[in-house]
This record gives sequence, C-alpha cells and structure tokens, in this order.
Amino acid sequence: MEIENVVIIGSGPAGYTAAIYAARADMKPLLFEGQRLGGQPGGQLMLTTEVENFPGFPEGLMGPEMMEKFKKQAERFETRIVSEDVTEVDFASRPFKIKAGEQEYLAKSVIICTGAQAMWLGIPGEQEYQGHGVSACATCDGFFFRDKEILVIGGGDSALEEANFLSRFAKKVSIVHRREELRGSKIMQERAGKNPKIEFIWNTEVREVLGDGTSMSGVRVFNNKTNEEGELKADGMFVAIGHKPNTSVFKGWIDLDEKGYILTKPDSTETSIEGVFAGGDVADHKYRQAITAAGTGCMAALDAERWLADQE
Amino acid sequence: MSELILTSENFDASVLQADKPVLVDFWAPWCGPCKVMSPIVEELAGEMEGILIGKVNVDEHGDIAQKFNILSIPTFIVFKGGQVVEQFSGSMSKDQLRAKLLGHL
Repeated sequence: MEIENVVIIGSGPAGYTAAIYAARADMKPLLFEGQRLGGQPGGQLMLTTEVENFPGFPEGLMGPEMMEKFKKQAERFETRIVSEDVTEVDFASRPFKIKAGEQEYLAKSVIICTGAQAMWLGIPGEQEYQGHGVSACATCDGFFFRDKEILVIGGGDSALEEANFLSRFAKKVSIVHRREELRGSKIMQERAGKNPKIEFIWNTEVREVLGDGTSMSGVRVFNNKTNEEGELKADGMFVAIGHKPNTSVFKGWIDLDEKGYILTKPDSTETSIEGVFAGGDVADHKYRQAITAAGTGCMAALDAERWLADQE
Repeated sequence: MSELILTSENFDASVLQADKPVLVDFWAPWCGPCKVMSPIVEELAGEMEGILIGKVNVDEHGDIAQKFNILSIPTFIVFKGGQVVEQFSGSMSKDQLRAKLLGHL
C-alpha cells in the first residue's frame, strides 16, 4: 500500500489552506472532505450567511461561496480529495493508519482540521421538529419564515448574526438568552439593538419544543430569575448556543483539553504525537475565525513539511 | 436516467402521476448543504433504475415548497402513487441516500 506524505482530515478553511500549502510544497496531500461526522463538507461556513471580515473580499461574500473558492484553489494544486468520513485512526506506530469508508490509508504525517460544530439544546421536541420549524441553518431556511415569528436561542455573535439575517424575512425575531447580557461583539449588539424586528427575552431557558406533530408551534420556557414557567409562540427556532470540537475519532490517541479541543504545543501546531498536527477550530476555542483557521492550517502544513524533511 | 428539472408546470405530471417512485430534492442556490448534495443526487439519478429523481428550485417554485410545507433545505421527499411516503432533511452521504431509496423500490 502506498504511504502518503501527509493526510489532511477536514475541509474547512484550515484543511484547505493546509492542502494549498502542502501541495505547493510538492507533498501531494490527500484530503478527507468528510460527510456527516464533522457537520458537513466545507465546515461551519457552509451554514453561514455573509462573511464580511475575511480580508481580500471588500464586498463580503457568502460562506458557501467562500468555501467553494477554497476548494477550487486546493484542487488547482492537485490536492486529492476523498469524500469520506474518517471513522478510525491508529497513531500507535508509524506510518499512521487512517480508516475512511471501507478503506485503510497509511500516512507519514497527519494534519487534523476537523473543526467544530454547532451544539443543540438537547431538549424534547428539538429533533422531532427539525425540518419542521427547528433549523440548524439560518442561511438555508430563513427564506421559509417570511412574515413568521421566530426564536433565536443564544447570546453570542452567531446568535446576533442569525437574528439580523433572519429579520430580513421574519415578522419578528426574538433572541432568547439564559443570561441578562450578551456575549457578542459591540458592533453586532448595536446592529441587533437598532433592528426594529428584533427583541430580547432575557434570563430565559428553553425547555421543550412544542407542536402538533407536524410543525412546531412554540416552546416551553423557564425564567431563571423569577422561576416561572411559560410558553412562547413561534413558527421557527434557530439554535446558536456554541460549538463542540469534532474530536471523538482522536480521543485516546492525542491529548485533548477538558472540552475536547486538541492541545497543541506553544507556538506550534504539533500535537502530543510526533508527526500529527492540528489547525483550525479543532485546536482553538478562543478565536474561532475563518482567517485564524486558515492561518493555523497554513502553520500545520509548514510544520508538517519541516518535520518530514527532518525525518529523511 | 438523468435528473428531472421540476417546475410548477410539470410537477403534477412528472411526480404525482408518475408510474414509478420519485425522489424530489428541494434546494436553492444560496444553501450550502444543498450544494453538497446536488452532485450526489445527480449521480444517483444516472445510476439508479426503477426510481425517478428530480429537483425543485424553491426560489423559483415557492408554490411547490409551500404545498409540501418545506421549512428547511435540502429536504428530500419520496413520492409513490402521488403520495408522500418519506421525507427527510439535511446532508448525507451518497451511500446513505442510496440505501434510503433502495427501501422504496
């Protein structure tokens, strides 16, 4: 079996940037795009709307469009892309073993860029009404909520961004947050505050999604200040309460922090296993930006290239 | 068979009155996961026998989306004899989608 120089796992900004750099360094990278395990191919940007903070795109562009460009650029330098989820790895000895689909691959080095994905509330009714009011993708589904009343759950930037986007379609958007203040950035808070269609519901936790079996009609809520229960009427609910890293496949092989993010050595993308590198959100719960993911993806490719050269 | 392009005009004849099961992919150009699924659906349309496969652009044919109460895309509906027999949303692998369709043949 052929031994790959470098296998890249993940197809967000980090994975594709690592691929572009590795390919241009003549490492002939093999990249696993993934299917479902990490959310979706292309990563979290596939579910976002306008990206306005990525330098070089003064007019902004849509997340999915941006990921198409990343992919095209990686393909231009002949990255081989496999549309499979990596389901198992074996980092016990070199070459490393990677299992995807029915096949096993061998690699001298591995770059993990599997990212993170949005968390769900995990409450009754949430799964049942997915596609029937409960949505994971404001960009995809906002269109269907024209003149409807919707809830956005969360208090960070992604909640505010989704609320702003959804207000283009909806009659009313209520941001339901379990605290009394927002975590989001100033500019997003101001934008949401000025938007006449957006209102805030504070100190409120969503306990259950209600409906008639075919579509959602509202949620059961609990006010953690007054300890009162109540119901909110809504046609749709978008959840934006944070993220969890896609590291279940690597558990036990490399060191993770208590939240499951990959630990890398200071000023480097090296993981606890020599020859395995990590870039992007999977190793970063702090910045979590497309541009920082691209940056650390680039670092991982350069680190892998140097490490491989040292081995020879 | 190649993929059917479904419209408000041809939907009834092509889907509801079809003599075979039909998979309909509800999609739109602005939806990231739809873009992931489009080539998969198109390939299956070319490979699978005994089932018709088509797509509806919900942006252009909102009336069809409304009729079937689509609130999320991509949504897939399998029709048999003019009736909805299965409906599911979100992206999945080609093998997963194929397995779902094989269950309706």
